[in-house]
Amino acid sequence: MATSVTQPVEAEWKLPDRGTVGIISLILTEISLFSIFVIAYLFYIGKSLTGPLPKDVLEFPVLATICLLSSSGTIVFAEHALKHRKMGAFKLWWAATVILGLVFLYETGVEWHDLIYDKHLTIATNVFGTTFYSLVGLHATHVVVGMTFLLIVLIVTMRGFPIHTQIRRVTFLSWYWHFVDAVWVVVFTVVYIVGR
Amino acid sequence: MASIDYPLEKSRRRQRDFSLSEALYSWVATVDHKRLGLMYMATAIIFFLIAGIMAMVIRAQLIVPENHVVGPDTFNRLFTMHGTTMVFLVGMPIIAGMSNYLIPLMIGARDMAFPRLNAFGYWIFLFGGILLYFSYLGANGLFGAGSAPDVGWFAYAPLTERAFSRGTSTDYWILGILVSGVGSIVSAINVIATTFCMRCKGMKLSRMPLFVWVMVVDAWMVILALPPLSAGQIMLLFDRYLGANFFNTQAGGSAVLWQHFFWIFGHPEVYILIFPAFATVSEVVPVFSRKPIFGRQAMVGAVVAIGFISFGVWAHHMFAVGMAPISNIFFATASFLVAVPTGVKIFNWLATIWGGKIRFSTPMLFCIAFIFQFLIAGLTGVMLAVTPFDWQLTDSYFVVAHFHYTLTGSFLFGVFAAIYYWFPKATGKMLSETIGKWHFWLLVIGFHLTFDPQHILGILGMPRRVYTYAPGRGWEPWNMMSSIGAAIQFIAIACFAWNVIRALIKGERAGDDPWDAWTLEWTTTSPPPEYNYETDPEVRSSRPLWDLKHPDDPDWKYE
Repeated sequence: MATSVTQPVEAEWKLPDRGTVGIISLILTEISLFSIFVIAYLFYIGKSLTGPLPKDVLEFPVLATICLLSSSGTIVFAEHALKHRKMGAFKLWWAATVILGLVFLYETGVEWHDLIYDKHLTIATNVFGTTFYSLVGLHATHVVVGMTFLLIVLIVTMRGFPIHTQIRRVTFLSWYWHFVDAVWVVVFTVVYIVGR
Repeated sequence: MASIDYPLEKSRRRQRDFSLSEALYSWVATVDHKRLGLMYMATAIIFFLIAGIMAMVIRAQLIVPENHVVGPDTFNRLFTMHGTTMVFLVGMPIIAGMSNYLIPLMIGARDMAFPRLNAFGYWIFLFGGILLYFSYLGANGLFGAGSAPDVGWFAYAPLTERAFSRGTSTDYWILGILVSGVGSIVSAINVIATTFCMRCKGMKLSRMPLFVWVMVVDAWMVILALPPLSAGQIMLLFDRYLGANFFNTQAGGSAVLWQHFFWIFGHPEVYILIFPAFATVSEVVPVFSRKPIFGRQAMVGAVVAIGFISFGVWAHHMFAVGMAPISNIFFATASFLVAVPTGVKIFNWLATIWGGKIRFSTPMLFCIAFIFQFLIAGLTGVMLAVTPFDWQLTDSYFVVAHFHYTLTGSFLFGVFAAIYYWFPKATGKMLSETIGKWHFWLLVIGFHLTFDPQHILGILGMPRRVYTYAPGRGWEPWNMMSSIGAAIQFIAIACFAWNVIRALIKGERAGDDPWDAWTLEWTTTSPPPEYNYETDPEVRSSRPLWDLKHPDDPDWKYE
């Protein structure tokens, strides 16, 4: 029986990229975290004992939403430019993404300032305030984290770092950014449409 | 005889003398999966001894009615810290430690997918553990003295709210567990990426050792089940520090919501904890029965099924809260369902032993005890899933007995099997079989003497978490037996500690493959060199080492 002692091993041996699997796992675990805050928000709709209520104080964050969702587009263009080594276009689209993200954060800040100082809704006011600031704040925290990494990429690229050697990592960052955008779609739906 | 490589050069070089600071630095700065795995295990064992001593004090307090070993406040802290430590600082690092040490070796990889993330996971976990224990010194309790958390391991609201838990002890519980949870999550992400991306040539999923299969399903459960706890804890922190109203019933919040969030985490968590035992038994039983595992595909299917079902059973912890009848029916039925894949696993282990040429070495003894004790744990679990039965016995010692059957009788026995089985690989030294058998039999006797009477105590109506009880209710003999059993378990653990220390000092050399096993880790030296394998292994069947040892009758012909 010594004919085929060494049975040939699969000639093609290709496994998924570890970064891909890692970032997908990270996004899944984040989804699990967000879903609990979303569930808490949905559970407490209409359970506030005192005002102000969502329909009295919430306005559609139109500009913020447009900015954040379009930043998902600009980051795709940036990635595309990077893959084709068009560094000028990459920097432009990447900077656009950063600016759109910053506008979103600024708009959120304006909204919160208005809610806290003019409409007297804080996290302690009622369960609407509790769940609103927690859910929107958790999302904004993720925008801040994403923004930090976007800025790091922008700054090192501006200073001459050969970012095209890091296409893989830039791609992972863009996935994370898409995830943050997708979460905003859910948050927007739950808070500003269902919750009102 | 069946070694792929003998990197003697390397192992000699490793033996040269290190100064103490160099040695310390090499451990602190390491990103090697084997060292991190051992650090996880050592940390877990230290926390296990601490929490075990707490259990001893608890049993000393309860040995006779109206005893005065500790007061009620101390008692509350003891059972809180005992439970929290055993789950988060013993169970979770043992999972991380076993996965870290064994998965790369078993799949023929050089290291985990993200070695630095791995080191981060360990240190953040250790920081969380130390933070929790710092509460004994740093927290301010009711009277300004340092004090540990005393709200129970599941920290039900509204007891944890600012109004009812003054001081900072509860915050230490929240932050310590939140931080160590980050460690568990990154370690689980690492396990997933390693298993999917780092397997050596030919190591298809269908050939992957069952150990790795179980641990990767476990990692999936960790990344999906731990965030609900973190979310709940963040909400609790908001309640306590920002005046939020998540669990504040006076402002429309819901204390029951905490229970839901906790148990959405908590029930998958108990399966997460038992999985390393499943993983170990699935490796040890075949090797010591000299047979391949029976029904490999069914075993994989069962473990995946348990993973799925575990996310749909959480509210069986909450029958007594007063849920809608339809919820009770749903969660009771879902809980019965778990018994099906679990039964498949038990039958397959038994079928593997059946007709085998069994060697009753210490690892196998622990596995056999595991199978019997886990069966009983499962049966009392099914009893508790019957809603009216649960109404009668919830929060009684019956529940305590049930989950100690799963966590001590099953998880701990599985872990001891793993330690006796893989200790020779990790250290190059054999643990003594004689002391091992003393350890095993004392632990079996002590375990049953401790926890069997607690079923009866529960049925007789003794509630859990009471610091003392009045005489004349028929509880005295059972409590006395239980406490004596705990002392015997303590002696058993002392045997184990002695065995480990003795083996490290003067244990006999293990060689590469002391158990005549079949998985890849036994092809390298004991302990394995830093790079694990000199040449990348190639795998043709699910028992690669069998193929190497039996070139005339390899497994791949039949798979």
